[in-house]
Amino acid sequence: MAFRSSRRWQFRQPSVIPGFGLALGVTLTWLTLIVLIPLSGLIWRSSGLGWSKFFALASDERTVNALTISFGTAFVAAVINLVFGVVLAWVLVRYRFPGKRVIDAMVDLPFALPTAVAGIALTALYAPNGWIGSLLAPLGIKIAFTPAGIVVALVFVGLPFVVRTVQPIMEEIDKEVEEAAATLGASRYQTISRVLLPGLLPAGLTGFALAFARGVGEYGSVIFIAGNLPYVSEIAPLLIIIRLEEFNYPAATAIAAVMLLLSFIMLLVINTIQSWSRRRYGYGA
Amino acid sequence: MGSNRLTGMMKLALVVGGLQLGSLGLAQADTTILNVSYDPTRELYKDVNAAFAEKWKADTGETVTIQTSHGGSGKQARSVIDGLEADVVTLALEADIDAIAKESGKIPVDWKTRFANNSSPYTSTIVFLVRKGNPKGIKDWGDLVKEDIQVITPNPKTSGGARWNFLAAWAWARAANGGDDAKAQEYVAQLFKHVPVLDTGARGSTTTFVQRGLGDVLLAWENEAYLSLEELGPDNFEIITPSISIRAEPPVALVDGNVDNKGTRKVAEAYLNYLYSDVGQKLAAKHYYRPFKPELADPKDTARFADVKLVTIDEFGGWKEAQPKFFADGGVFDQIYKPGQ
Repeated sequence: MAFRSSRRWQFRQPSVIPGFGLALGVTLTWLTLIVLIPLSGLIWRSSGLGWSKFFALASDERTVNALTISFGTAFVAAVINLVFGVVLAWVLVRYRFPGKRVIDAMVDLPFALPTAVAGIALTALYAPNGWIGSLLAPLGIKIAFTPAGIVVALVFVGLPFVVRTVQPIMEEIDKEVEEAAATLGASRYQTISRVLLPGLLPAGLTGFALAFARGVGEYGSVIFIAGNLPYVSEIAPLLIIIRLEEFNYPAATAIAAVMLLLSFIMLLVINTIQSWSRRRYGYGA
Repeated sequence: MGSNRLTGMMKLALVVGGLQLGSLGLAQADTTILNVSYDPTRELYKDVNAAFAEKWKADTGETVTIQTSHGGSGKQARSVIDGLEADVVTLALEADIDAIAKESGKIPVDWKTRFANNSSPYTSTIVFLVRKGNPKGIKDWGDLVKEDIQVITPNPKTSGGARWNFLAAWAWARAANGGDDAKAQEYVAQLFKHVPVLDTGARGSTTTFVQRGLGDVLLAWENEAYLSLEELGPDNFEIITPSISIRAEPPVALVDGNVDNKGTRKVAEAYLNYLYSDVGQKLAAKHYYRPFKPELADPKDTARFADVKLVTIDEFGGWKEAQPKFFADGGVFDQIYKPGQ
């Protein structure tokens, strides 16, 4: 993935590792076939709209609302995943306890489960008559069929990303670093905030970006739990489906193109911060 | 839904695979036809397909396999437009078949005249499903906009059944207000303020109401409501038939462009005609669809249908007028959902 490369431009430098030309050729061909051609088809279709029409479709109030909900909930979910993902990774790397392997394997389950199944299961739990929902309902808290429900679904599908990107980096940090900090008089809090977390920042940001990107595009799990009310809990992917139901292909394409553009910009920003922080604090760079 | 699309693709793969086997001469006598249908017809077509295959075998000696694909009606129509090789379509709305005719050209525009009763072998209507004992005392459409009533219906943008719900509500309000369309729109706008969840299809709404326990009343296809009763026991729910509802005509059509390619016209045509036969009509009534010819069905099945004044889509100028007016982008439904109203 692009954000992994911390090295500078090395195209011309002779390498001791053979096969560069072939490997790059395969990489570019594969990326073109799998990513570039489908996405450029999208851009091509939306470019046929013309700027003014594209802008009118993209700035439609309902579209803007759906995009806000999609990106907003994905962002919140990614933040939650960042915090708890780091804690989870920490527990898995630093401690030994019975059942550790089972927990380690459980982290990956959201990858394997069809998202629609996850959505149905979460809705059953968080609906006003579900196990969790029925406990919250007397307190006046509604999760299912509100934007909060969307966040819950996105936290679920995004969970493995942060854990799995932070975990290997955490394993690389020697315990001696902590000991050195302690001998130099750092408190526990200082050790964590000044020594450990900065080193984890690049990996954490990668995990954040992955979880965020996953959340923005998520459809299957969300439509069951969201309630799908226009202007309230209607996500952009659902609006795309609705436009397709209306055989309104231009509008669907416009929303998709805006999502693509926004995601690309956000990933680029996160990528930049991440490579800066890697240079600043990075381990093994 | 991803899973539906997946099964759709698998079916497509099966059909394509079947064609290739056929061309290799491995399975010449076997024909497979694909019926692309909408959500609440699963049970009906399971029976119809088995009965028809048996009859076809007896009549011609040929083995025919009928595959049925289910999903939201609009989504199913789009799959056919995008190249799903349906031999016949049996959808929730005329507008969806019109869309296939218009977008793909695989169905002639006059398809509706090719089978009896506007190409609807069975009809249905919209009724209310309420919780046992009808705790909120819901009797008719007017009760749905009372305080603290929650109504469950799918999104008319993605569900054919929901469009019938919408028009049935409109028809009642128009009649109740002496034919005033503005008043009808006001009522329907109120009604949708009482809807806490918009599922994408009829089955999703049924699940929300029945399994999630959300809402006081479900607007449902009559057959879907009876099915819920049958499956969940009459101890939990009851059906309320409003004073006015709409005659929902889910139509069927032959996809000429595909059957001529695949050479399945004869069997596909026979399949659709079979829906009008005594067995087809009996099965429709058994699965709580109102048969086109009730005299062919089992009287004990037809006796279950409550008498109700049914308006037709013609009162809305037919689907060709109703579809763009109410459900297209910027149409009445979108206006209802404009924020701040």
